[in-house]
Amino acid sequence: MGLRCAIIGSGNIGTDLMVKMLRSEVLDLRALVGIDPDSDGLARARSMGVEASHEGPDWVLDNAGEFDMIFDATSAYVHVRYYKKYAEAGITAIDLTPAARGPKVIAAVNLTEHLDAPNINLVTCGGQATTPMVHAVRRAVDSVPYAEMVSTVASKSAGPGTRQNIDEFTKTTSTALREIGGAETSKAIIILNPAEPPIMMRNTVFAGLPEGSDHEAVLESIWSMEKEVAAYVPGYRLKNPPVIEEGPYSTPGGVVPHRAVVLLEVEGAGDYLPPFAGNLDIMTAAAMRVGEAIAEHRGVTA
Amino acid sequence: MTATPSIAVSTDYRLIDSTLRDGSHAISHQYYADDVIKIVAGLDRAGVQVIEIAHGDGLGGSSFNYGFSAIDEKELIAKACDTAVNAQIACLMIPGIGLADDLREVRELGVSVARIAVHCTEADITEQHIKVAKELGMEAIGFLMMSHMNSPEGLVEQAKLLQSYGADTIYIADSAGAMTTEDVRRRVNALVGALEVPVGVHAHNNLAMAVSNSIAAFEEGAKNLDGTSAGLGAGAGNCPTEILAAVSDKYGIATGVDPLVLMDVAEEIVRPLMPRQQVIDRAGLLLGYAGVYGSFLLHAERAAERYNVPIADILLELGRREVVGGQEDMIIDVALELAAQHAQSELTDPDIESR
Repeated sequence: MGLRCAIIGSGNIGTDLMVKMLRSEVLDLRALVGIDPDSDGLARARSMGVEASHEGPDWVLDNAGEFDMIFDATSAYVHVRYYKKYAEAGITAIDLTPAARGPKVIAAVNLTEHLDAPNINLVTCGGQATTPMVHAVRRAVDSVPYAEMVSTVASKSAGPGTRQNIDEFTKTTSTALREIGGAETSKAIIILNPAEPPIMMRNTVFAGLPEGSDHEAVLESIWSMEKEVAAYVPGYRLKNPPVIEEGPYSTPGGVVPHRAVVLLEVEGAGDYLPPFAGNLDIMTAAAMRVGEAIAEHRGVTA
Repeated sequence: MTATPSIAVSTDYRLIDSTLRDGSHAISHQYYADDVIKIVAGLDRAGVQVIEIAHGDGLGGSSFNYGFSAIDEKELIAKACDTAVNAQIACLMIPGIGLADDLREVRELGVSVARIAVHCTEADITEQHIKVAKELGMEAIGFLMMSHMNSPEGLVEQAKLLQSYGADTIYIADSAGAMTTEDVRRRVNALVGALEVPVGVHAHNNLAMAVSNSIAAFEEGAKNLDGTSAGLGAGAGNCPTEILAAVSDKYGIATGVDPLVLMDVAEEIVRPLMPRQQVIDRAGLLLGYAGVYGSFLLHAERAAERYNVPIADILLELGRREVVGGQEDMIIDVALELAAQHAQSELTDPDIESR
């Protein structure tokens, strides 16, 4: 029997995650929880045979004995208010908001580091997309003095949470490039593009390369990381071959002679959200990867 | 500290000079303290009311994507605040690139005007920043970039959001220098009719329309106009402040600035700094023609050279993709794709095969 799970938040992300989780053999989705009884997400849950509650996080806490793990797809504000209560109730929380209360996990980099943590934070969509590439460069060189990511998402796929807290996105993502990616200094940039039809999520990673770096090894590591991430986010790909450009560049981490440029595109799986919303798909795919790793760690088998 | 200039001058519009912000693009963000002191002193002497300074892409813009500043912008901003006697110092910031924390820092340095810039359809990402600026006691100017990409009605909707967050003034920016005079008139007219706060226009010269569009904006009721000394700026350059002041004089429009002093500043201080004069060459014109963000110009030139593809092809493809301000990384993307297509066509070209 799988881990008993609830998804909290019946918006785009929660509903997309539901569709993915119903295919899992180790995560047993028991409920989708929202606050609007008329939401499309809850209606879809009912039609798919999943229990739907509109009584919010309190409903989960009132029925705490029924759940091993929750996936929080609400907002940073709601997560901050409830995260301690989930822990007290003995429920593991996978946090898809930028609340950043628990240790940060990027599925392709430090998946197994925090399997026993009561609360895991999935950083941001841009963080899930770009931190692996900073790590890919880092494992091929002595140091990455400075790394930068630029994330461009379709306006239609940026919800009110992102829009009202855009500083939280860039700060949390930038921190992940250092703490998990291994860069010494970092910067994150997010751009919204309203073009119609909506653009696919694009991410660009720039990484400063110190003197004496083995450029072939860097490129090889990047290609290999594309496969590692695509294993759980099928629409993750290098849009163009990675390149090494010659500087010098006066970065905040010091002058570097070269930079690696990694041009990524993320196409969503189209489970609930349209394929252009790769930014949302990469979060739900990462949540599945982390949830299943925890289930396996606890001895749950298919 | 208040947001009121120490000398009140009665003018028909307010001139905001952006030589030290938008002009920064044209010199690849390589301003030094001496340049800042000289330019601020000159503009202040000429009577310019507001002087904007920051990385070309706003506070926090120093990056791989947009180019690293030679000197930390905060150091330069401090110098500008120390130098200005009458002029207010402004900073521009783009949410997603800069942070509200940047506004707090520059407020401490003496900056009293915050321009919060955003793509012309995404005004709702500025709420926290406009509110922070207001809490800090700054004038908050909402700045809608690439305004040629939105209709007059669409801009009114976005401007009303900015107004509801507390913006004191609302600008439309012709960031691609792509608007005709009629485009400007319709947009300004719609905004002036719908808003309670004053309107401003920031023009670029890619289609040689910057000065005439600025005057037209004034005639439609805009109370703020932007320019840079000698037109120094992204793309083919901005509205040259010394020309705008001279033309305004001819029209009998009171600017409060002395065109002769502005001419001296342009000629003696700014032109010697310029790696090249602002002319409307093919690439500059193409920006306006294809509606591409002006600051892409120098980045596109570098990519064209590095990957041996024509700059015109890069700019036209960026226009087709409807990229917005800030997506400089797409220049490399487009250049690589063009280079790959080029290599492919060489392989399959029978003339080359038969050689």
